[in-house]
Amino acid sequence: MHLVVCVKQVPDATEVKVDPVKGTLVRQGVPSIANPYDMHALEMALQLKDEHGAKITVLSMGPPQATDVIKRSISIGADDGRLLCDVAFAGSDTLATSYILSQAIKEIEKTDPVDIVFAGKMAIDGDTAQVGPGIATRLGYSLVTYCLGIDGIDTGRSVIKARRQLEGGCEVVEADLPVLITVVKEANEVRYASLPDLIKSIRSDVTVWNKEFFELDIPQCGLKGSPTQVKKIFPPPPKDVTPEIMNTGETGLDEIANTVAEAVSKAGIL
Amino acid sequence: MKKSVWIFIEQTDGKFNDVSWELLGKGRELATALDAELCGVLLGHKVIEMAEEPVYYGADKVFVIDDPLLEYYRTQPYAHGLVALVKEYKPEVFLMGATYLGRDLSGAVATHLKTGLTADCTVLNIDEETKLLHQTRPAFGGNIMATIYCASARPQMATVRPRVMSMPDRDASRKGQIIEAKLGLKETDISTRRVEFVCDPSTSFRIEDAQVIVAGGRGIGDGANFKLLKELADVLGGVVGASRAAVDAGWLDWSHQVGQTGHTVRPRLYISAGISGAIQHQVGMEGSDMIIAINKDPDASIFKIADYGIVGDALEIVPALTEAFRKMKGESG
Amino acid sequence: MKERFDVIVVGAGPAGLAAAYTTAKAGLKTIIFERGEFPGSKNMFGGVLFAHSLSEMFPDFWEEAPLERALVEERYWLLSEDSATTFSFKTKSFGQPPYNGFSVLRAKFDRWFAGKAVEAGALLVNETLVEKLIQKDGKTIGVQTGREDGDVYGDVVIVAEGVNSLLTKELGIHEEWRGNEVGVGVKELISLPKETIQERFNLEGNEGIAMRILGTTRGMTGGAFLYTNKASVSIGVACMVEDVSNECVCPNDLIDDLKNHPMVKPLIAGGSTKEYSAHMIPEAGFRSIPELVHDGLMIVGDAAMLTILITGEGANLAVTSGRLAGEAAVKAKENGDFSANGLSSYKEAMDESYVIKDLKQFKDFAGYFHSNRDILNLYPSLLNGIVKQVIATDGLPRSEKIERAKAMLKEKKSYWQLMKEAWHGWRSIR
Ligand SMILES: Cc1cc2nc3c(=O)[nH]c(=O)nc-3n(C[C@H](O)[C@H](O)[C@H](O)COP(=O)(O)OP(=O)(O)OC[C@H]3O[C@@H](n4cnc5c(N)ncnc54)[C@H](O)[C@@H]3O)c2cc1C
Ligand SMILES: Cc1cc2nc3c(=O)[nH]c(=O)nc-3n(C[C@H](O)[C@H](O)[C@H](O)COP(=O)(O)OP(=O)(O)OC[C@H]3O[C@@H](n4cnc5c(N)ncnc54)[C@H](O)[C@@H]3O)c2cc1C
Ligand SMILES: Nc1ncnc2c1ncn2[C@@H]1O[C@H](COP(=O)(O)O)[C@@H](O)[C@H]1O
Repeated sequence: MHLVVCVKQVPDATEVKVDPVKGTLVRQGVPSIANPYDMHALEMALQLKDEHGAKITVLSMGPPQATDVIKRSISIGADDGRLLCDVAFAGSDTLATSYILSQAIKEIEKTDPVDIVFAGKMAIDGDTAQVGPGIATRLGYSLVTYCLGIDGIDTGRSVIKARRQLEGGCEVVEADLPVLITVVKEANEVRYASLPDLIKSIRSDVTVWNKEFFELDIPQCGLKGSPTQVKKIFPPPPKDVTPEIMNTGETGLDEIANTVAEAVSKAGIL
Repeated sequence: MKKSVWIFIEQTDGKFNDVSWELLGKGRELATALDAELCGVLLGHKVIEMAEEPVYYGADKVFVIDDPLLEYYRTQPYAHGLVALVKEYKPEVFLMGATYLGRDLSGAVATHLKTGLTADCTVLNIDEETKLLHQTRPAFGGNIMATIYCASARPQMATVRPRVMSMPDRDASRKGQIIEAKLGLKETDISTRRVEFVCDPSTSFRIEDAQVIVAGGRGIGDGANFKLLKELADVLGGVVGASRAAVDAGWLDWSHQVGQTGHTVRPRLYISAGISGAIQHQVGMEGSDMIIAINKDPDASIFKIADYGIVGDALEIVPALTEAFRKMKGESG
Repeated sequence: MKERFDVIVVGAGPAGLAAAYTTAKAGLKTIIFERGEFPGSKNMFGGVLFAHSLSEMFPDFWEEAPLERALVEERYWLLSEDSATTFSFKTKSFGQPPYNGFSVLRAKFDRWFAGKAVEAGALLVNETLVEKLIQKDGKTIGVQTGREDGDVYGDVVIVAEGVNSLLTKELGIHEEWRGNEVGVGVKELISLPKETIQERFNLEGNEGIAMRILGTTRGMTGGAFLYTNKASVSIGVACMVEDVSNECVCPNDLIDDLKNHPMVKPLIAGGSTKEYSAHMIPEAGFRSIPELVHDGLMIVGDAAMLTILITGEGANLAVTSGRLAGEAAVKAKENGDFSANGLSSYKEAMDESYVIKDLKQFKDFAGYFHSNRDILNLYPSLLNGIVKQVIATDGLPRSEKIERAKAMLKEKKSYWQLMKEAWHGWRSIR
């Protein structure tokens, strides 16, 4: 079996700030991490590998430092990695990103056909959850989103049985291979690398593919290939910070309760 | 052809998702600004008899595909049906709810159509000059907002979380046009099948998704007292949250913890009771739209970030609030 | 694990990184373990890096290191409830090379420093906790990490794990630090626009200020600080652990006291808290320094209690000690002798350096504060009262004012007591 896992490097969401004057993102010094959902996707792939034997290729598109997330993936058991890195890819929105990733997967398939592509449910820097369905659509794969676990693979019939997390319950589905699976955090606990594996990954060389390495229609990449454009970025409007304080020592309980209930209803929350 | 604004009408097992009506409400504003008609798109099996409902919430037209293959949601046939309709009728704007279903479907549809899609918008409006849809959404975990537009590709697609837009009134006297279309697929064209659906609301408790949170801290005094908070939360259609102190005391489990080492939430309404407002707690909830704080200590730091502060005993105030909200809901039906 | 290293460094703070950089640059096979996600991710400090120690390793480091502001002013505040008496020194020359010190944010700075060590050839292993030193015949021969197959052997281990040094405690090199040997510091990072900082603190361009504040610790041994960064200020309080636990105050309350003090409040008004952190500080100084060199083992930085309370120095001592330990390891490698004797050049170099000399100089200082509680309890408010009395222009003749001021003083302290305390204070730093 050949499994591909899409792993994105994202800034640690809690530390991104906006320059209030320029309205740009202050990303200097903000640590980058592997998108947490993607690590759960990798773990799901690793469990398949443990059980059935498989080769795992990790795929990431991003700046040169994104080799870190590939190394991290290799440290816990991925076999190989590709970083897609080119100035032509910069500024890609989800449509362009899914295009570039799916073209790379097609290239990988030429030598080593793919059975399952894994992605995270979403990337925490954009929270869009669009790239996974996008790749599946472009490759014509089946799609299983919000996957909680894989219950079985029938290689004879070429189908997979999986559980999906949905509002209010869990759906069990069967999907034909090849399939793209997006994974939620609840699916598993991500494993921890042994020291020799970790050190081996720190020293490993990551294969970097620029736009020359696979077939691409450049106008579909990067800023040019992105139909959505960011008009502006701004900090959330500051709170009106004059709290209205009421004291049960001074005002009756009912009056306070009614004031609050009215305020909530006026704000259109109910 | 007149321009149109489309809303995906989400239904599961014949039950509509309210977000569809919220989007019709918003869609009406956008349609007016664009001088366009507002259309609902309804897919499913045995849904044709329900097709008037979107009209009551403002749709001028409802496109319907009723097919046994659409009995439960699957990406492929739903996307196939929608893409064909869009290609034929060419809407300007196409909105869906940012639900599990909507996020799955919108990504596939936008890719087929090679158009832009903006997820989880909180503000939508038409730019007066360019007549483009301006889509504003939080980014990077809610620390910043971004306004996004899609200049050339069509339709301009966006998803919106439930309860972000307000609910329009239902008007059963409205009339609209129902347009039926064919799916044109066979079961063998579809590569996924449902085996079963196991109902289990408890497995998917995600405090991050709640629009109303009633959170309690050490000041609640006792785990048993949390039932007071639960009652208030139930009246408001919300869930119960907790400070770390309350979780450490074993009153609630970690899935309820709000804060630095818990969950970051930004509900529309956050009511805190008996929580001091330590910074580690604040960072997890300060993005809430409205904060009501209850604490018997007038100097508690939670009051600094609250919209409304109530100084007094939470065990008295919470039931009083429950009563007031219950009364209010009773009055408005 | 089979692979061996010449040098194993535990902890990628300033001390460990200086050591690893030095040994790797000299061609020694160096591995450095950091338990955090990356160097700096778990670290905090008040925020001043004095430049001299680092410039010995990287002469023009300010051209590339991520620094916040060059500190041109040191301001001391003695606070009473509503007043401040200020001592300050400011010079533009500190705003130019070779600079005196910079405000620094550790998450960025430690990462940069780690990059230097890696460039020099050190192998940096993050997210890996060293749990134990491996001993054989009384000699340290490696470390045990929390990962599977995680034992690593080497010629020398440099312990740079910071103040909470469990590894050396376990070996019995020192005891558990007592409450009067360590302090606890809490800090908030409050973001403010650049221009606001410049205006409020009377700064130009990239200049910054370091403020040290006495009188807001409810009489406990300790002090507060406020340092300006590019677009934020670091504000915090540090107190002796023993006092904090005796008085049952929560460090959070101390920082709230400080932020709400009428003198401090306007400086941070309108800012929003971006980070909150707490950390221990070695405070006992010279008397608690453990033996620095053992067979196959050296101790550097906070792990060796190398901080000077009065001047707020720690990171620079960490860097210097790390570098000297690194140099000793290089020498030991040349001689093929990693015994305590073979490594002794570290201790000798330390004794010769400002680190040990300064620590010796201030050896009684913390104890002095601790045993003369009035200094922090009484003097700031007394001083402010007296100065106010003298400065207020209220129609009283000045001679009368001075008499009254004297009386105020006498009411609290006899001259004899004052002289005695002053004498002890002087003794403690000379
Ligand atoms: C590294 C770190 C991470 C942390 N992460 C988190 C986190 O994720 N989430 C979190 O919440 N905390 C976190 N904390 C803990 C945090 O600092 C506080 O200790 C905690 O939030 C306090 O919880 P509390 O407000 O419920 O309790 P307390 O601080 O004890 O406050 C109780 C409050 O209830 C009030 N009160 C008492 N009785 C009544 C009554 N009858 N009616 C009304 N009010 C009453 C009191 O006046 C008081 O203000 C973290 C701490 C650290 C150090
Ligand atoms: C509130 C406060 C304010 C301060 N202000 C200043 C100031 O303004 N100027 C100044 O010069 N100094 C200041 N200091 C002191 C300064 O922070 C320290 O002296 C300095 O950081 C010591 O460096 P270090 O490398 O020895 O230790 P640390 O910086 O503590 O680094 C130790 C590293 O080791 C890692 N580690 C620990 N144990 C293990 C293990 N078992 N395995 C793997 N890794 C481990 C830690 O994660 C950490 O990265 C302040 C300290 C505090 C607490
Ligand atoms: N640049 C990228 N490189 C690799 N994988 C990506 C990239 N962007 C998105 N993905 C994958 O697509 C998933 C969903 O991303 P998003 O649609 O951005 O929320 C992520 O969890 C990743 O698995």
